[in-house]
Amino acid sequence: MAYALQQLINGISLGMIYGLIAVGYTMVYGIIGMINFAHGDVFMIGAFLSLIGLVLLSMGGVMGGPAALILVLLVSVALTGLYGWAIERIAYRPLRGSFRLAPLISAIGLSIVLQNFVQVSQGARVKPMETLVRGGIEVMREDGFVVQLAYTQMLIIGVTLAVLAVFTVLVTRTPLGRAMRACEQDRKMASLLGIDTDKTISLTFVIGAALAAVAGTMYLLRYGVIDFYIGFLAGVKAFTAAVLGGIGSLPGAVLGGLLIGLIETFWSAYFSVQYKDVAAFSILVLTLIFLPTGLLGRQEVEKV
Amino acid sequence: MLNRRGLIAGTAGLALAGPALIRPVFAQGSGPIRIACAGPMTGSNAAAGEQMKIGAQQVVADMNAKGGVLGRQLALEIADDACDPRQAVSVANQLAGRKVAMVAGHYCSGSSIPASKVYAEEGVLQISPASTNPKFTDDGSWNTFRVCGRDDQQGQIAGAYIAKTYRGKKVAILHDNQAYGKGLADETKKALNAAGVQETLFAAYTPGERDYNALVSRLKGAGIEVIYVGGYYTEAGLILRQAKEQGMNVTLIGGDALVTKDFWQITGAAGEGALMTFSSDPRQRSTAAAVVQTFKAKNIDPEGYVLYTYAAVQIWAAAATKINSVDPKKVAEAMKASGPWQTVLGDIAFDRKGDVTVPDYVFYVWKNGDYVQM
Repeated sequence: MAYALQQLINGISLGMIYGLIAVGYTMVYGIIGMINFAHGDVFMIGAFLSLIGLVLLSMGGVMGGPAALILVLLVSVALTGLYGWAIERIAYRPLRGSFRLAPLISAIGLSIVLQNFVQVSQGARVKPMETLVRGGIEVMREDGFVVQLAYTQMLIIGVTLAVLAVFTVLVTRTPLGRAMRACEQDRKMASLLGIDTDKTISLTFVIGAALAAVAGTMYLLRYGVIDFYIGFLAGVKAFTAAVLGGIGSLPGAVLGGLLIGLIETFWSAYFSVQYKDVAAFSILVLTLIFLPTGLLGRQEVEKV
Repeated sequence: MLNRRGLIAGTAGLALAGPALIRPVFAQGSGPIRIACAGPMTGSNAAAGEQMKIGAQQVVADMNAKGGVLGRQLALEIADDACDPRQAVSVANQLAGRKVAMVAGHYCSGSSIPASKVYAEEGVLQISPASTNPKFTDDGSWNTFRVCGRDDQQGQIAGAYIAKTYRGKKVAILHDNQAYGKGLADETKKALNAAGVQETLFAAYTPGERDYNALVSRLKGAGIEVIYVGGYYTEAGLILRQAKEQGMNVTLIGGDALVTKDFWQITGAAGEGALMTFSSDPRQRSTAAAVVQTFKAKNIDPEGYVLYTYAAVQIWAAAATKINSVDPKKVAEAMKASGPWQTVLGDIAFDRKGDVTVPDYVFYVWKNGDYVQM
């Protein structure tokens, strides 16, 4: 029981990070019908910007109080949002009227560009960071097995829920959210009705990147080790999460992220550690056979 | 404004002319002798690659200052395999194409083994400063040598030590399913079982990930007190850090891949008391004193594989000088037949397989951010 609870905690905190990244994939897909393959690398950029921020602060003599962490998070979110905007402006908008594969290829190209840019500018070595948020609480104790909930895990779960709540309000209650949903349903019609679709799409990228930056910062605080390549694996997992939950669906992305995190964790907990990815992807395949649009996806007129 | 067609033509012209401009000039018999240092200059083992690079650059500089080898200067090529077996093969082909006389490399056994096949075919001598998997020389042909020990020796020492020191405690053996890690874990398990101790868990993890919490909780659930990791420092460091974070009181024991300060950077205080097997510190040996002084003057700590790479090139140079030829096959024969060779590591001789005759593994322990011999 205690063991299962510990693994549940592990799985949820891992799944929350996947979910936060997955929201970025699903939003962009919903609005312009393309997979933004550079999104995993935007997450990596967010993590690096936070690391740089923390290093700069510690050079200035400030060591990781809550205020410093919030400041770093905000700066990283703002700058990563700027990256998101620039990516859309440079790599996708010029290709919007082009054939369907063009933006997909420029997305893959951009992913390579971002990775190499960070590799060259920051060095290829793994960047470790001192643990800033230490310790945790003891949830329960059973037969000598202590269930630990680290403060970083609480932070991840809390921040993710808060960010998603704000985000849900944004999409359902604000004029911007209404414009986004309109673009999602029919971009041409939306523009005929006076919605600035270019601006709406730009803002979607900015928001997606901002969420990725939050995920990157949480990742940095939790694991403390990043390199230029982390975006790839995290991106693949988050993309899978988005597909599993039903791409285009926001609650689906979070649900998918949680499921992937939980499947991986529980498979490693009770079966073989090395086959956890096989398990996660097999479940994805099975789900897609029976529910081609994912768990919460709706039937959609074809888009790629 | 530049005419677009002109721009395209110009770019295409440059692209076509590029290779012609930078094509290397081959010279046989005169001019510098090309040698190479190949290892992970990028990726998660880049710290080790850098150690090799520093060692190779220093030995080449020192030898050239003394007039080179056989009266010819040495030219060093640095090649990056990122510890990826495929990239190692393509790097090996490139180096063979550039007619290098010897390669000091590679680092990861998983890279050294496939690369050695290419070198054997193309007539390149390979001396690895770090690859400890037995297969490297067991399957190797005329061209494979190493100046480090072998995992069966390293595993025997680790297994025997665990059996003796931690008798009655629960031991887990983990590995990363790669040539080096799995080989080391297998050998350690063999030695441990031979000493009459059965491990509680033998499992593999996926290298390159950051979240090993599920595995760590599993270890915690099994009441593990000693973890042996056959793998590299990034993953071993993360596993230890996450284990301590989950409140486990464990001792982590690893192999020579943990011998880098980067390990401590990842673990922080959680690394205190972690153990690893490595050769007795070459920096302390009298034969290395002069070179260590040179490094200290440049503010470099010649840790890990720096001196091993240095020694690899020294042996090759000594053998080539002795037979007055850089022909790789003849040098390889001489390296096995003659010796012992004087190096910064002390005297080194090779057996018929290309392994050093006297390996010396000892235990190191991490204390306050530094590792000290036990």
